[in-house]
Amino acid sequence: MVDFQLSEEQQMIRDTIGAFARDEIRPAARLADESGKILPELTEKIWQLGLVRGAIPETYGGDGGERSAVTGAVVAEELGYGDLSIGLHALAPRLLAYPVLEMGTAEQKAAYLKRFTAPTFVPATAALMEPRWDFDLTELVTGARPEGSAFVLNGHKCVVPLAAEAEAILVYAKNGSGSGFEGVDAFVVTRDNPGLKINEREQNMGLKGLATYEIALDQCRVSADARLGADKGIDFSRLMSEARVAFSAMAVGVMRAAFDYARDYAKERKAFGVPIATKQAIAFMLADMAIEIDSARLLMWEAAARLDKGHDALRESYLAKNYVAASALRVTDNAVQVLGGHGYIREHPVEMWLRNARAMTALDGVATV
Amino acid sequence: MIDFELEPQVVSRLRMYHAVAENMMRPISREYDEREHEDPWQFFETMWQAQSLNDVGPAARSTGGESQAGPKLRNLNTVITTEELCWGDVGLFLATPNSGLGGAAVMAAGTPEQKARFLKRFGEGKPKWGAMAITEPACGSDSAAVTTSATRDGDDWLINGTKIFCTAGHRAVDKSEGFVVVWATVDKSAGRAGIKPFVVEHGTPGMQVTRLEQKLGIRASDTAAIIFDNCRVPASNLLGSAEVKQEGGFKDVMATFDATRPIVAAMAIGVGRAALDFVRNFLKEQNVAVRYGISPRRLGVVERDFMEMEVQLQAARLLTWRAAWMMDMGQRNNLEASMAKAKAGLVVTQITQKAVELLGPLGYSRKLLVEKWMRDAKINDIFEGTQQINMLIVARRILGYGNKELN
Repeated sequence: MVDFQLSEEQQMIRDTIGAFARDEIRPAARLADESGKILPELTEKIWQLGLVRGAIPETYGGDGGERSAVTGAVVAEELGYGDLSIGLHALAPRLLAYPVLEMGTAEQKAAYLKRFTAPTFVPATAALMEPRWDFDLTELVTGARPEGSAFVLNGHKCVVPLAAEAEAILVYAKNGSGSGFEGVDAFVVTRDNPGLKINEREQNMGLKGLATYEIALDQCRVSADARLGADKGIDFSRLMSEARVAFSAMAVGVMRAAFDYARDYAKERKAFGVPIATKQAIAFMLADMAIEIDSARLLMWEAAARLDKGHDALRESYLAKNYVAASALRVTDNAVQVLGGHGYIREHPVEMWLRNARAMTALDGVATV
Repeated sequence: MIDFELEPQVVSRLRMYHAVAENMMRPISREYDEREHEDPWQFFETMWQAQSLNDVGPAARSTGGESQAGPKLRNLNTVITTEELCWGDVGLFLATPNSGLGGAAVMAAGTPEQKARFLKRFGEGKPKWGAMAITEPACGSDSAAVTTSATRDGDDWLINGTKIFCTAGHRAVDKSEGFVVVWATVDKSAGRAGIKPFVVEHGTPGMQVTRLEQKLGIRASDTAAIIFDNCRVPASNLLGSAEVKQEGGFKDVMATFDATRPIVAAMAIGVGRAALDFVRNFLKEQNVAVRYGISPRRLGVVERDFMEMEVQLQAARLLTWRAAWMMDMGQRNNLEASMAKAKAGLVVTQITQKAVELLGPLGYSRKLLVEKWMRDAKINDIFEGTQQINMLIVARRILGYGNKELN
């Protein structure tokens, strides 16, 4: 039945993570952006929330919580409301843990999941994007070649979060003859693999708190059991749908942060003797931002709810993500505009949110539910 | 639990509405666009006979019948069926005989006795229309500025003034045994609080339809100008209380809008979907693929445009469903109704214009309905609160301002 309300549990999660984002993450956002580093104490504090451990079955030492794309989206939105870089950093281990949880064999689950129930942050990640302007999820260039019972990976990947410290990287590569989302496999590559080279840290316009890297796979040999799902492989389309929902949810959080800030500023800031929010030119921008945020969230939730029902959500997640990408730019840009000159200086966070929102249109698949 | 999927029984019920839209509205859609001010009586009679189909639009609220989708989500049911019928033809939808906005006003402001007295007629006899008259030549969006007056004369009220843009006004008062709800001030010094709704019955002396507007679109729907010249109505026709309170009175108009804006948004969405479906089928015939999932940078211009139309329409639809659902849950939806109306009115205007553009000379030709949908769509961005009025309401609500701070 049609329902626009989160469950009581989801509301509780939203409130808890939202309060944490406001009190702990937001105050750390500017420092992370300027220094390029996220304080280890904060990383550990977020880890304690159990956002990665939560959905891991009790068999492997996790909390055995129900895994839901909608609940994941609620969490991601709140983290994004705090800070996109810190949120992505905190959830990076999921990039490996969740595909294993969802599509790994029993042996793979046993081998990898327990690690993520450790009491301190476990850096792990995935490598998906490739350094080409026409990078396309459905046409990966990085390839896996079977050799005996092993696979040999070759190619270049970029925007790999935490690659330098990650214990293992889930590498997506073309394997076999399938086209589009078919024929893509994921391989667990551990950091000691001699065929894995991690290049210098990337310098991006936004997401500056998040350490991302370009990596090279040069005759990178992995054993057959590194192939996720073994002979069955993975449902790449579904994984990407989940990633799009999660990334969209985070961007909705960024939009909300920018909107809240601009609204409060406009009610305080006076021009011609009255708060600028009392002028339609400003008030209508804010109204438009509010409508875009709700539109974006509803589209994103629709895709998430479909995933939770086990339906295909390729189209919905794709359209939602593209919508969110455009509206996140519009909303954060308007926030800068509402603050005028003050929006352009780094004393206020809105310029940072504009830079971070830009990531939505440039990056694909750097988050997972 | 977040869920935006309609239940199977709702979907199968929608098929019935779709059949009406496809088989009864589409075939005469062009004809009654060209023959403005003429009446498709056969269509009217059929719609009137099909009582179950009258359970849509503002009529659903006013007849008080329970919808088959269950009483819990009856407003949601109204917007989805409205979309379905307006996919057929929004002008004919507006022209369909029912209690209309007049009925909505009776429901919002009338006493139980008045509801029974005025609305009974819509379940029996010949086709009838209910209309509402609020706009005047010198006031539209600023509906608190109405100058039409009602003065007490013994047991009656005497109404004087000119109303325009009254949807179905002609059919309500001249072509059927319907009525028009007229908003008039009983005390100019009281401002908004002095504005009261009066039911004026068909054929009442002193009420005259003086002209029918010639419009850009929705030409099957009549839009009347009505002059009231010492028009005498009994005191019992004043809806609700005659007392001029600080609160109330005009607030009833606003309550009407909170209920009708999601419906107008749904009307827009129906028109938008007609255009979207047409373009989708057209692209299929032309072997133009719409590739979901590939890098947005590799999309062609046409598929990118199509996807934008599609997602904007869905955003408007979800906002609209939410506004209706909130009413079903008994929640105040003033903000959300205006969000839905503002978004739907705007994006459907853009979607239908884009459809004309994508089809080139075919889109501009009156051989196809696409150009008509573009003309029909525009009204949804204007009536029941223009785009700008709805943005103003949204702005006030998100800023916590009243009409003094933000005007």
